[in-house]
Amino acid sequence: MSVHLLKSRNVVSHFRSKLGFLAITNQPTCWNTNLNHHFHTCSRSILQNLESPHEFLCENRNSLCFHRWESTMAEKHLNVTEHAMDYPGGKVKFTSDMSFIPGSPEERIHCYRVLDEDGHIISSSNFIEIGKEVAVKMYMHMVTLQVMDTIFYEAQRQGRISFYLTCIGEEAINIASAAALNFEDLVFPQYREPGVLLWRGFTIQEFANQLLGNKADYGKGKQMPIHYGSNKHNYVTISSTVGTQVPQAVGAAYSLKMDGKDACTITYFGDGGSSTADFHAGLNFAAVMEAPVIFFCRNNGWAISTPVADQFRSDGIVSRGQAYGIRSIRVDGHDAVAIYTAVHEARQMAIKEGAPVLIEALTYRAGHHSTSDDSTRYRSAREIEWWRGSQDPVSRFRKYIERKGWWSSEAESDLRANTRKQIAEAVQFAEKTEKPPVAAIFQDVYDVVPSNLREQEKLLRETISRHSKDYPSDVPV
Amino acid sequence: MWGIVSRTAVNRGFSVSKSQFRCLVQGARNFSSKEMTVRDALNSALDEEMSADPKVFIMGEEVGEYQGAYKITKGLLDKYGPERVIDTPITEAGFTGIAVGAAYHSLKPVVEFMTFNFSMQAIDHIINSAAKSNYMSAGQISVPIVFRGPNGAAAGVGAQHSQCYAAWFGACPGLKVLAPYSSEDARGLLKAAIRDPDPVVFLENELLYGESFPVSAEALDSSFCLPIGKAKIEREGKDVTIVTFSKMVGFALKAAEILEKEGISAEIINLRSIRPLDRATINSSVRKTNRLVTVEEGFPQHGVGAEICASVVEESFEYLDAPVERIAGADVCMPYAANLERLAVPQIEDIVRAAKRICFRSTSMAATG
Repeated sequence: MSVHLLKSRNVVSHFRSKLGFLAITNQPTCWNTNLNHHFHTCSRSILQNLESPHEFLCENRNSLCFHRWESTMAEKHLNVTEHAMDYPGGKVKFTSDMSFIPGSPEERIHCYRVLDEDGHIISSSNFIEIGKEVAVKMYMHMVTLQVMDTIFYEAQRQGRISFYLTCIGEEAINIASAAALNFEDLVFPQYREPGVLLWRGFTIQEFANQLLGNKADYGKGKQMPIHYGSNKHNYVTISSTVGTQVPQAVGAAYSLKMDGKDACTITYFGDGGSSTADFHAGLNFAAVMEAPVIFFCRNNGWAISTPVADQFRSDGIVSRGQAYGIRSIRVDGHDAVAIYTAVHEARQMAIKEGAPVLIEALTYRAGHHSTSDDSTRYRSAREIEWWRGSQDPVSRFRKYIERKGWWSSEAESDLRANTRKQIAEAVQFAEKTEKPPVAAIFQDVYDVVPSNLREQEKLLRETISRHSKDYPSDVPV
Repeated sequence: MWGIVSRTAVNRGFSVSKSQFRCLVQGARNFSSKEMTVRDALNSALDEEMSADPKVFIMGEEVGEYQGAYKITKGLLDKYGPERVIDTPITEAGFTGIAVGAAYHSLKPVVEFMTFNFSMQAIDHIINSAAKSNYMSAGQISVPIVFRGPNGAAAGVGAQHSQCYAAWFGACPGLKVLAPYSSEDARGLLKAAIRDPDPVVFLENELLYGESFPVSAEALDSSFCLPIGKAKIEREGKDVTIVTFSKMVGFALKAAEILEKEGISAEIINLRSIRPLDRATINSSVRKTNRLVTVEEGFPQHGVGAEICASVVEESFEYLDAPVERIAGADVCMPYAANLERLAVPQIEDIVRAAKRICFRSTSMAATG
């Protein structure tokens, strides 16, 4: 029987293309062949073995179950005929069973989780063991991010900065994803990922400088708060436009691939951002161009006041990966270990295979959209509190590292007190730092300041000196 | 002078093939000028820049296998391969975003829009992701990208394929906007655009692609480059300054010949660069002639002519002997029927009439021919 199979090229090529599909979906399926046999497979490694089907069939007989086809069984592919056609785009088999693929699966795509809510490793989890040093560093950064958010938010409320955006509930997404990347991987953020920059070494003072728009701000006071950016940290300056970073990340990934670098790009966006045209073009292109990019969706349930039910009707964003021919995974956004593992694996796949990967992290936006929003107007305070308390990724990870003996409540209170002090001082210092000089208005419009702007600057300075009483004396000229 | 000579060669259909061109380059130094179509000028500029810098690559719909919707990128896929000449899916927003991302990481994309009408689908990326990035990042992100393609009216393509975008893009800080007329303009400005570290919008004209112009030996050299922001005085004159760009330069030159016979000496300025606008050249010409006519195909309100007029009124008011005349496309969407289309864009007669009016030689405003 197997000898017959090997001689039949048709069968092998059917087998090859079908198994390719199987390897991607990791789900059982069945089809009809010349010999009316069913093949039931569940191993991803099959894909690699398709180069030499002969050896494969001999070695893997155990993993392939040969079942006799039962005509009375109501199977999905009940009336599949061998008749297939080579359409542009590939071979497609015909069926005389008219059935529509349902809009949503019976069961939603499962969510990968390693730590339960009490910080215990769920047994039989498949994950990367994070060493003590990295784990403690991750935890400390998650705490710093949390404290940073609290203090900067309060500073806005006090009128000291004009605007702020928190990432409460998404600390694990920020820090764990950053920890799993290399420093050279280029980051294209949306705006709720300052933790990635924090992980890479951006200091609290540097954050505060941008928020206050002073002369030490790398953005020279050109942008509103939270629009951080730093070339030397490989973190592309945040731009307010939603979703535009998605195709940009693809283009940059293509550039990295052309340079042959051992690096990928990662781009973050929310459930709302996934509705943009840029999302579609970005994912579609990345697949076609085979760009090494990780698409990281923070599905936190809300796009300002728009709940996901009004945003899309698909099974979240992970279900779209396959629509573009992209491998995807859904992870628990409150589980630092799961996120770390998924991003680490995604990075390997993206670079080795030059292929994009989609990760959807399910989480909840426990804070308001920004300081311009009061989310209790469209959702209950009780709901917010429940998520904030019971699903807090920071406490979950703390329980994990405490159990390992790597952390204590003393270290906790020290860290929080020190960080609070450091951040408050950074804000004060940033407030006292001079604003950028007048020349900064005219710089960086172009690579070289053009003559018309040099002229305007000259006129401005003349006006300032002529009417000096109309200009604040403490702002540098 | 050369403009007049080239007019006679316009519909000869003479074009230079790749192999003939190579010979021309070698032989060019022996002759004072050769003829070249705008299409070949653009193609040669792209070829040379791609050859000189491996970071330059082309992206757009139909640029590869199809050799370019207007054949501007002919032969480049074969020469440089699919990694450097990329055929994109139909999503201007998508491929523009991708090209900008590639530029963020130091590649030098040349993005082709099949026409600039389609650039509207990508305008968010052109302005918010490309033009403003250097400023918003305070110099950390530079975007050495070129957006090119045919702009303005073609022939019988209707409202959604005929708009001129010079004024819209020309308003944005962070962008450089160029509009070549002749083959020499096309070569020199495209090469300058590709080498420029800032984002450049390069507005070509479909009807000029097939036109032949003489090119000097200097212009055929691979290091040839024209300065961005400098207008060219195509024809010197002393009675009236006519400022224009792209296809209208050809019309203005023809109008100048007609005016010459009536004793009016017109100075024709080919802007070449919409942003930065060469205000110095425009103003010094007006200070010489004391009269200004601006000509453009685009819509009149907030057009390029409006900015030129404002500049001259602000800087050379005392020199004006007559109000400025703006000639622009009709303030309507472009109609399709040939007779209506002809009435909706400036014609040579409109330029002649305006010049005469401004010189107080005639009072007729109507387009009755």
